[in-house]
Amino acid sequence: MQIKSPKDFWAGAMFIAFGAGMAAIAIKDYQMGNAVRMGPAYFPTVLGGLLAILGLVLLLRALALKGEKIGQFHFRPLLLILAACVAFGYLLKPLGLLGALLLLVFISAYGGHEFKWKEVLILYAGLFVFSVLVFVKGLTLPFPICPEAIEDYCRF
Amino acid sequence: MEIFANLALGFGVALSPFNLLMCLIGVVLGTLIGVLPGVGPVATIAMLLPITFNLDPVAALIMLAGIYYGAQYGGSTTAILVNLPGESSSVVTCLDGYQMARQGRAGPALATAALGSFFAGCVATLVVAMFAPPLAEVALKFGPSEYFSLMVLGLVAAVVLAHGSLIKAICMVLLGLMLGLVGTDVNSGVLRFAFGVPEIADGIGFVTVAMGMFGLAEIIGNLEQKGAREVFTSKVTHLWPTREDFKRIWKPILRGTFLGSALGILPGGGALLSSFGAYTLEKQVSKYSHEFGKGAIEGVAAPESANNAGAQTSFIPLLTLGIPSNAVMALMIGAMMIQGIAPGPQVMTERPQLFWGMIVSMWIGNLMLVVLNLPLIGIWIKLLTVPYRWLYPSILVFMCIGVFSLSNNPFDTLLMAMFGLLGYVCVKLECEPAPMILGFILGPLMEENLRRAMLLSRGDALVFFQKPISASFLVVSIILLAIIALPNIRKKREEAFQE
Repeated sequence: MQIKSPKDFWAGAMFIAFGAGMAAIAIKDYQMGNAVRMGPAYFPTVLGGLLAILGLVLLLRALALKGEKIGQFHFRPLLLILAACVAFGYLLKPLGLLGALLLLVFISAYGGHEFKWKEVLILYAGLFVFSVLVFVKGLTLPFPICPEAIEDYCRF
Repeated sequence: MEIFANLALGFGVALSPFNLLMCLIGVVLGTLIGVLPGVGPVATIAMLLPITFNLDPVAALIMLAGIYYGAQYGGSTTAILVNLPGESSSVVTCLDGYQMARQGRAGPALATAALGSFFAGCVATLVVAMFAPPLAEVALKFGPSEYFSLMVLGLVAAVVLAHGSLIKAICMVLLGLMLGLVGTDVNSGVLRFAFGVPEIADGIGFVTVAMGMFGLAEIIGNLEQKGAREVFTSKVTHLWPTREDFKRIWKPILRGTFLGSALGILPGGGALLSSFGAYTLEKQVSKYSHEFGKGAIEGVAAPESANNAGAQTSFIPLLTLGIPSNAVMALMIGAMMIQGIAPGPQVMTERPQLFWGMIVSMWIGNLMLVVLNLPLIGIWIKLLTVPYRWLYPSILVFMCIGVFSLSNNPFDTLLMAMFGLLGYVCVKLECEPAPMILGFILGPLMEENLRRAMLLSRGDALVFFQKPISASFLVVSIILLAIIALPNIRKKREEAFQE
């Protein structure tokens, strides 16, 4: 057995995992009902089954037909960009926009090709001022501006 | 004539100072993101959705619509000057537009694109005004089985028109449908696929999915590639096309407009399909077909008219049936639902201000776009020199703030990151995210209508084939799938997307 078309093979594997997994959960945990009164498991089971079958077709076909290789994964931008977003979300309340944006801008900028401290610092300052003016003052989003710890000393 | 009364109502709404301002903001933003390669209307509209919470529904939709058709104008600028599609529907404009720029005719190419787009925009506005009301009337008579079959047709069309592998596109639709079911089931109250996470009890946020799959995956993809851009800035001196040019472009503009208007209405259609279709058609019928690819002005005029026409007429299925024909329209449905408007045929009768105001605003927006794009072209060219390393952190800031503000919960940013990862993997495996987004929006609707139809028919699945309208939708879907599965046509389809 040899994988001749890696893109299709792994796409097929992914679809089988999603389809079979969700259908299995539906069958195990929810009521199936019948065609007249469909329970919460009915539609997901049908969809999941279909998805798994088509995934299997893709996977088997990938063993027979030649196809393209999967392009290289670039982990640096991938991980840094995703990490920057998550860091922003979870640190916005404790660190305020001041700190959360600092992390978001610096981590994401670090994921690019060129990283110049001064440039990123100016970018951060600009985005901070803009976000405070537009989102907090203008659209009145309830975001803290300053970190919790120094809230009393920091007024905008 | 009723249509004039309706249009007058629309003008009344669209010309209010605030709505004019929102329209202007929309088209300026649209042009901006159209010009900038690597930022598309899908990501931008997803980004701005949370902000429209606080706006009046009419103003919000006017602005979001402006972004979509505005992007069609802006995209051509980048295509012509940099040989990069600023917007995916401008891919074909690169072919001849860039060649024209290299021959020192960037000005006429830009003017042709803008004028063609404007003409197409005017015609498409009329098409929407004329065809939407009768279609909505038909749609009012639809029952659950008709709706279910219509959604099947819409999804099949989206699959057929997607790039690449057919099976993968179907899989992506199915995946989207299933992800749409996450959360509380409306019929039984059972919490499905929530894995004990209280944040997704109401379902996964549409904005979160769209921003992750399109926005984040796009940024990460762009960061993989290195590449310098070459901009023809000094060359844009005289804008106006010559008399000879006008003679050559009026017919392509007409053809592009009509083809684009027709393809835009199709489920799965829109700007992208229209521009490809128009370019291929023009290459076949033009007297100057030997010049195509070497700077034929027709190769700019036809697709640029078509993509704008298609962008606007793709609002017809949204406004009349409540069914999105492409990812941008899926976002517009999201915007309507945020505002508490159930999309569907009743929108026109229940909220005529919204419906006609939006249509008229499209025409006004097109007028603004001509002004924005021709005299002010210099500003947009300057924008092209902004390096991407400043751009993407800024985009991320907007995305994160937007997603966080949905429910003031950090979990949404985590979910967005997870969908970003999924989107990136899908790109690597050549699975297109657009059909998934459509499925995601339609998932709950489809289940609901399927249940109702089956309940009414006492479990007889043949009901979908017994009602004439429903049956014809299904037959068309089957024919579409059968046609595309034939080896001969599949090859042609692949060739069409290759170009």
